[in-house]
Amino acid sequence: MTAVRIVVALKQVPDLVEELEPSPEGTDVDREYITFVLNEFDDQALEEALLVKEATGAEVVVVALEDSDVDQTLYTALAKGADRAVKVTGAGASGGWLDTHSRAALLAAWLEGQDFDLLITGVQAPDDLDGQLPAIVAGRLGLPHASVVVSVEVKDGAARIRQEFSAGRSAVLEVPLPAVVGVQAARQAPRYAPISRIRQTMQAGGIEEVAVEAPPPASGFTIRRLYPPEKTSHAEMLTGSAGDVAARIVELLRAKGLVRA
Amino acid sequence: MANDVLVVAEHLAGKLTDTTFELLGKAVQLAGASGGQAVALLLGAPELAGELGAADLVITCDHPALAHFTAEAYEAAVAAVLAERQPRLVLLSTTTAGLDLAGSLSVAWDAPLVSYVVGLDADGDTVVATAQIYGGKMLAEVAVESVRTICAVTAGSFPAAAGRRDNPAAAVEAFAGPPSLDAVRSTFVELVEPDAGDVDITAADLLVSVGRGIGSRDNLELVEELAGALGAPLAASRPVTDLGWLPKTRQVGKSGLKVKPRAYLAFGISGAPEHLEGMSGAELIIACNTDARAPIFDVAHYGTTLDLFDLVPELSQQVGA
Repeated sequence: MTAVRIVVALKQVPDLVEELEPSPEGTDVDREYITFVLNEFDDQALEEALLVKEATGAEVVVVALEDSDVDQTLYTALAKGADRAVKVTGAGASGGWLDTHSRAALLAAWLEGQDFDLLITGVQAPDDLDGQLPAIVAGRLGLPHASVVVSVEVKDGAARIRQEFSAGRSAVLEVPLPAVVGVQAARQAPRYAPISRIRQTMQAGGIEEVAVEAPPPASGFTIRRLYPPEKTSHAEMLTGSAGDVAARIVELLRAKGLVRA
Repeated sequence: MANDVLVVAEHLAGKLTDTTFELLGKAVQLAGASGGQAVALLLGAPELAGELGAADLVITCDHPALAHFTAEAYEAAVAAVLAERQPRLVLLSTTTAGLDLAGSLSVAWDAPLVSYVVGLDADGDTVVATAQIYGGKMLAEVAVESVRTICAVTAGSFPAAAGRRDNPAAAVEAFAGPPSLDAVRSTFVELVEPDAGDVDITAADLLVSVGRGIGSRDNLELVEELAGALGAPLAASRPVTDLGWLPKTRQVGKSGLKVKPRAYLAFGISGAPEHLEGMSGAELIIACNTDARAPIFDVAHYGTTLDLFDLVPELSQQVGA
């Protein structure tokens, strides 16, 4: 039996740790000064794929659309153990927000020429205003799919996955390959790649570039405006030393009868 | 039909979800304003139709493939119903089932999709949706000019009470499952219930909750000590349970548990919408986070930007650990 081939789709997103401001047009965030990082759910997806690789000898191919700082993300994925890295160019060149349907169209255009068994990607991204990538790509490719997945095991041409619902419940499903999986969390925390190894992969190069013709925007809606939510309330901030603040908190809890001492 | 608003009902372990009623209440309002019907689509579990009395019409579809949720089977059934009825608007939740269905239906039914919707209105022929983006740090007002639209709504955005009605639905129609249901490739194996042996955080009066800010598993000891001193169970936000530092039974939020304690102490939790959904109903919320702009402070009653590593030991000492 040939090795299972897993494609992991990665995406750069604004780092939410930073302050985001609306752009001057008011329909996007101001992208000039923000840092872009790998979508954290995609990092989980990559980890789960690498775990499947370790268990089965699968081949892992990471793919990303051309985006801010995406090379760094692809080299890091290689350093973590991905076998190949592909950058889809010719899209998102505007540098602005690209809707998920367009991303899915670009990815599907590349995937259609590929032989793969599993597409694993993050269950969601912080900017998927028009829906999440896994289900949209699966819809385009006509493949079975599952989102909010917390483990993937591959055996005998099928994936046994665990899909999480609310209140700690989850369902075990068996899905024939090829299939698309949206990962919420990998079975273990995403691994780190040592800087030295990332440097090595960068020096070796090895990102394959593939040009795909950019489709027209496909979300089917117009963003009228993007704005920070109006704060309806804000906490009363407690200031002073740790001792002072702790005393206030104890007092608040005592008023509710939650501290006896 | 042309002005109908259709809700895909969700149920798990024999119970309709709260979000189903939230969507139904909104559907009744929107359909009423446009002269259409509020339609609830119930897949599997036809015995639950009686609880969907707020709808003008309940469509049931029963088939062995719908006994348990799989994206493939649900999608086949919903797509067949949409193709026949062509509603104006379809409402789903951003739950697991909603995340699975919304995207693939938007492709199958060729309809624009807006996700993480928190506000929804019709402006003539235009659907105007307000949606959360960037972890709730921004809102996007989106206009959809289409004869068909799908919205995936964030839980808690609309009151569930508006969708609960004791009377039976005006009409219940059975929809014959499409042939595609016989060809579903995904199979349900089993439902895994949470570990019943662990403490029930939904029953606690006081919760000490910890987020990514705790930094490492070893640091948990610090908050465990405080929780012990207060006689409160330790809860957590998603990153902490995803990392396996605490069991899933301790997770507060959309994908975890909804809690409503008398007091909730949040340490190192930034307050992603996923988390806020599970705890914003607590009577008293006190949050500690070094980022003064963290969204947790918008729902907290009291807050501090002290480092949790300074505050927590002090608290433990003062409550007598």
